Amino acid sequence: MSHSYSKIKIALLVTLFALLTFIFLFPIYALILGSFKPVKELFRSGLNLSLEFDLFTLENYAAMTTKKGLRYFIWFKNSLIITAVQTFLTLFFSSVVGYGLAVYNFKGRNLCFILVLITLMIPTEALLLPLYKLMIDLHLINTYAGVILPVIVLPFAIFFFRQYALSLPTELIEAARVDGCTEYGIFFRIMVPMMTPAYGAMAILVGLFSWNNLLWPMIILNSSKSYTLPIGLVALISPYGNNMALLLSGSILAVIPVLIIYLFMQRYFIEGLTSGSVKG
Amino acid sequence: MINDLKHKLLYSKKVAPYIFILPFIVSFSVFYFYPLLSSINMSFQKVLPGDVTYVGLDNYQRLLNSADFFTSIWVTAKYTFWTIVVLIPLPLILAVFLNTKNLPGRNLFRSSLFIPILTSTIVGGIIFRFIFAESESSIANSIISIFGFESLKWRFTPNTGMFMMVLLASWRWMGVNLLYFLAGLQNIPKDLYESADIDGASPFAKFRFITIPMLKPVTMYVLTISIYGGFKMFEESYVYWQSALPGNIGLTLFRYLYLKAFQEFNLGYGAAISMMILLMVIAINFIQLYLTGAFKKN
Repeated sequence: MSHSYSKIKIALLVTLFALLTFIFLFPIYALILGSFKPVKELFRSGLNLSLEFDLFTLENYAAMTTKKGLRYFIWFKNSLIITAVQTFLTLFFSSVVGYGLAVYNFKGRNLCFILVLITLMIPTEALLLPLYKLMIDLHLINTYAGVILPVIVLPFAIFFFRQYALSLPTELIEAARVDGCTEYGIFFRIMVPMMTPAYGAMAILVGLFSWNNLLWPMIILNSSKSYTLPIGLVALISPYGNNMALLLSGSILAVIPVLIIYLFMQRYFIEGLTSGSVKG
Repeated sequence: MINDLKHKLLYSKKVAPYIFILPFIVSFSVFYFYPLLSSINMSFQKVLPGDVTYVGLDNYQRLLNSADFFTSIWVTAKYTFWTIVVLIPLPLILAVFLNTKNLPGRNLFRSSLFIPILTSTIVGGIIFRFIFAESESSIANSIISIFGFESLKWRFTPNTGMFMMVLLASWRWMGVNLLYFLAGLQNIPKDLYESADIDGASPFAKFRFITIPMLKPVTMYVLTISIYGGFKMFEESYVYWQSALPGNIGLTLFRYLYLKAFQEFNLGYGAAISMMILLMVIAINFIQLYLTGAFKKN
């Protein structure tokens, strides 16, 4: 419904959205400013928008280079590895399954698809406790594998890739078979390149989820050396504010990789985060 | 010979589909079905280190007699209710406004409202803790003082605590829901509005009788994800209160599970909570399938 309004209404709308934009970006702006202010000043007057340039300091960022602060980079590394590996594996395995469900007609296909739908409707979060016990038995506590393994075949991603693969032309598959291509060759050489947009959207969705996820990693990773960023940042929160410098600079640094990727791949962000609407 | 046969079998068109779905079968069995069974089993046990005894329905009995459990259901329901109240009508109306053809800066506004989702709940929560600090000079308290209100202890009273959790979720998800509704608006055939114009329909009538009904599928979808999101909410509460929950503010279902299972190591009791959560999710699914008429079709 694209419609036009009179000039007065447009002016009102622009004012409304400018105000909203200000409100929505205000917390981020306040955090960025706060990260350049001395902790003492923050204790006195809290987070605010005053631009007192003479007060500006890099001491909150310098806190990262202290012995205590260096832990932050271990968390950052853990988060990077877990996010990269989890995203890659989830995309690979989920697309394989989604593709299989979409293009082949085989005995048990419907049953398999129903199981996917059931796991989609009943989220694994409800099984945190038995999964945790299983991870203890498998000796995967405090390992990357413990965080990653249970979620690499993601029902939502399977569903998404299945829907996407259903829309691909089947003539190509037939033609490749005639040319003597194996079933796996067809997938890797023909279908994977054709599913690039789907991979892009899911990479953003899974990557963002993995980078920001707290509960499951926190259950599996309980030694400070194996923390990811969200766990580490939460651990820095204390009522006495003794880690405040690191908390401020660390929060900023945790958002920067996401912002950079967003600037370059805005389209995939939007497709990924609204990928649910392909449902149906 | 045998290798040759293996190769042929693996590459046959009959076997290939099963190789493709194998990852799901393995993952489903190991990380879904087995935990489900072990959770059912564990919920009838009392689990102490090196000492497991069956206690029958004891865990369930204690759970159903626990006031905290019902508090957690109530808190979860309230949180879900408020996120729905905010995160459906508001982005819908904003999407209609933003869909104005000659509105300058449309894309800029859209992108700006989308930015908060790039921060994690944790980072967002850390900022909100500063903004809503108890001190008189905190941003939130200075704002309400303009209107003549006393400073509030935001994180320490039930209503303001709920407000902070809903606000954090709304801040992060508004832009995403807005995009859902924008996409929905673009799918409405233009001639519907054109014929309404010919009939002389008012903008409000068009909104009420064309836009709202045509957006029903998107609205239902956003409602579904909001219910799920609300149901499994954990982070919005954890970032504000890590160990002590003053007066049970923020004691959601998953906070209660985390508290009993992972902070107090009460595994049998935790498994019983898991099973109750599972039952509730199944119930919600059935209600939803019933309401959307999925049963009638089949």
